[in-house]
Amino acid sequence: MENQKTTEEVARGIRRRVFEHSMRNNGGYLSQACSAAEQLAFLYNEALNLGQPTLPEVPRPFGGVPSADNPDYVTGAGYNGPFEPHYDRLFIAPAHYALVAYATLIEVGRMAPEGLEMFNKDGSSVEMIGAEHSPGMEVHNGTLGIGLSTGAGLAWGRKRKGEPGEVCVFMSDGEVQEGQTWEAVQAAAHHGIDNLWAIMDVNRQQCDGAMDSVMEVGDIATKLRDFGAVVVEIDGHDLDAMRQAKAEPHEGRPLIILANTSPTQGMSFLQRRFPRLHYVRFKSEEERAEMNREIAAELGIAPIDYGH
Amino acid sequence: MVEMVNRPYAGAFEKYAVQHPEVLCLSADLTSSCEIDGFRDRHPGQFLSMGMAEQNMLSFAGGLGLAGFRPFIHTFGVFLYRRPYDQLMASIAYPRRKVRLMGFLPGVTTPGGMTHQAIEDISIMRTIPNMTVLEAGDATEVEGIVEAADSIDGPVYCRVLRGSVPRLFDSPLKVGELRVLSEGTDVLVITAGITTEEAIRARGALEKAGVSVRHLHLNTLKPFDAATILAHAAEVRHGIVTLENHLVAGGIGSMTAEALAEAGMAKRLIRLGLQDTYAHGGSRPYLMKYYGMDALALVRAIEELTGQQTGIGEEALEAVRVDAVHSAVKAEAL
Repeated sequence: MENQKTTEEVARGIRRRVFEHSMRNNGGYLSQACSAAEQLAFLYNEALNLGQPTLPEVPRPFGGVPSADNPDYVTGAGYNGPFEPHYDRLFIAPAHYALVAYATLIEVGRMAPEGLEMFNKDGSSVEMIGAEHSPGMEVHNGTLGIGLSTGAGLAWGRKRKGEPGEVCVFMSDGEVQEGQTWEAVQAAAHHGIDNLWAIMDVNRQQCDGAMDSVMEVGDIATKLRDFGAVVVEIDGHDLDAMRQAKAEPHEGRPLIILANTSPTQGMSFLQRRFPRLHYVRFKSEEERAEMNREIAAELGIAPIDYGH
Repeated sequence: MVEMVNRPYAGAFEKYAVQHPEVLCLSADLTSSCEIDGFRDRHPGQFLSMGMAEQNMLSFAGGLGLAGFRPFIHTFGVFLYRRPYDQLMASIAYPRRKVRLMGFLPGVTTPGGMTHQAIEDISIMRTIPNMTVLEAGDATEVEGIVEAADSIDGPVYCRVLRGSVPRLFDSPLKVGELRVLSEGTDVLVITAGITTEEAIRARGALEKAGVSVRHLHLNTLKPFDAATILAHAAEVRHGIVTLENHLVAGGIGSMTAEALAEAGMAKRLIRLGLQDTYAHGGSRPYLMKYYGMDALALVRAIEELTGQQTGIGEEALEAVRVDAVHSAVKAEAL
């Protein structure tokens, strides 16, 4: 698809949309937009080779789960384009980044803004934790740690079939606490799966708070290298660094880009909430109004009219 | 005397897989234990060593399914669902990937004790939406389970027998078609896997004692053919005994009980198998006797149902030869 906006503009748009949505809906995954906006903008706007969406701009309602009795079932991957051999495939491994991913789809013209109005509404396919049938999703990743394994399997299969398209996994750093992540890295290295790459949002946050207080994971880069990956560490808000990292040669090994990010980037008001940033709810109407004023000003937009 | 077949899975899998390049052979460090070492050596390009890492293996297989392959995962049955249950659900069962889960050493067929004995696999697998569950009861069914599994449009879990396996049947396993091994009118006996051989032994003695047994052998546990089983249940006088290499909770005994209850059919039912207990390490005959899963346990259950002593003891059962069932009622005829 032809880019309508610069990647910087897409990233700004992601933060604005997630902020607007969270103000109107009394909370949301704000910090994930802060840390990951550049990464998702980079993936959709320039890094991935994706075809035109195959699903309607306004998402269809929930159409049932996969079963032999539901032949019309489709996943949400159609928003990333068709399954052609030369196109890339993307997995959003931390499915709770769905709100950020949906905002990205809108910013790059793959989903209508109305799609976000359906977020977390009963009967909608635009689910809070991205499901297989949610826009932009291809598998269930709500259970953290399974994304890289699935990507590795698909990448091995695509390589075997001679498909030029790559497999990309967007990951979160909390996933390195799951043993499966390490099983996946060692398997990808052992089998020389080098059409697989990942970008990990290293925001040092997880549900309970700062990762160091929940479970220290040590030096992620060294550990990943020891398990056989090629690793590049960058400032996750620096798009030029991201472009360079993607170009890193990784023959015979998976590439994992560690994007060191701030969970309050672009919304510094949220620092008051540190370290409880996983899902931001407003503690009072006063706080909601203050946050609206302050963050809107930082984002360079007018305060959101949320009906008060 | 019954023919014993050595490693029927090994030959059957190789024969099938080489003709189907989209079939892949996955192993988690139990390659010779699952009889695929020869396949690995002769067809390394179709073999993927996944190491002792079942969680990754199951999600990885889901990814292979996305790429259009049909992975056959080989390991002990217990390792396919206990540790990687989450991955089984999210990466294989939910999206209906055509992953073939070949579970070796079902129930007490391993001396490996609790950690190696899949005693609740049927109850787990049959409650997973989209899953099909097959179980091989003899060498012919082991040979046929490869192609049968690969015919399933979705994931399938198979209880597979390895090593030296008796040949009891002369027609291949057909998904959804149970075998009617005898058509008696006193009691209905339902078995699957290794318990079918036990029931055949018991039948020989029971017939001599004048007890008329109707015997069904199941190889398709899900979907469960409740209608056919109910039709047979209606034909017997005293009731039903299920005998399974599994906990009685959640397995064939439970499925039969559900079918009877839903149909409102008032028949007595005795469920033989592991009774809410773990097993321990030991030989198969020892374990089957210790836990009441053998021919003698079946005879005693039938005596309870009919209210008549048969006079059959261990010696009588040992004397009964297990003949191939060529002469019994053919499944095809029913």
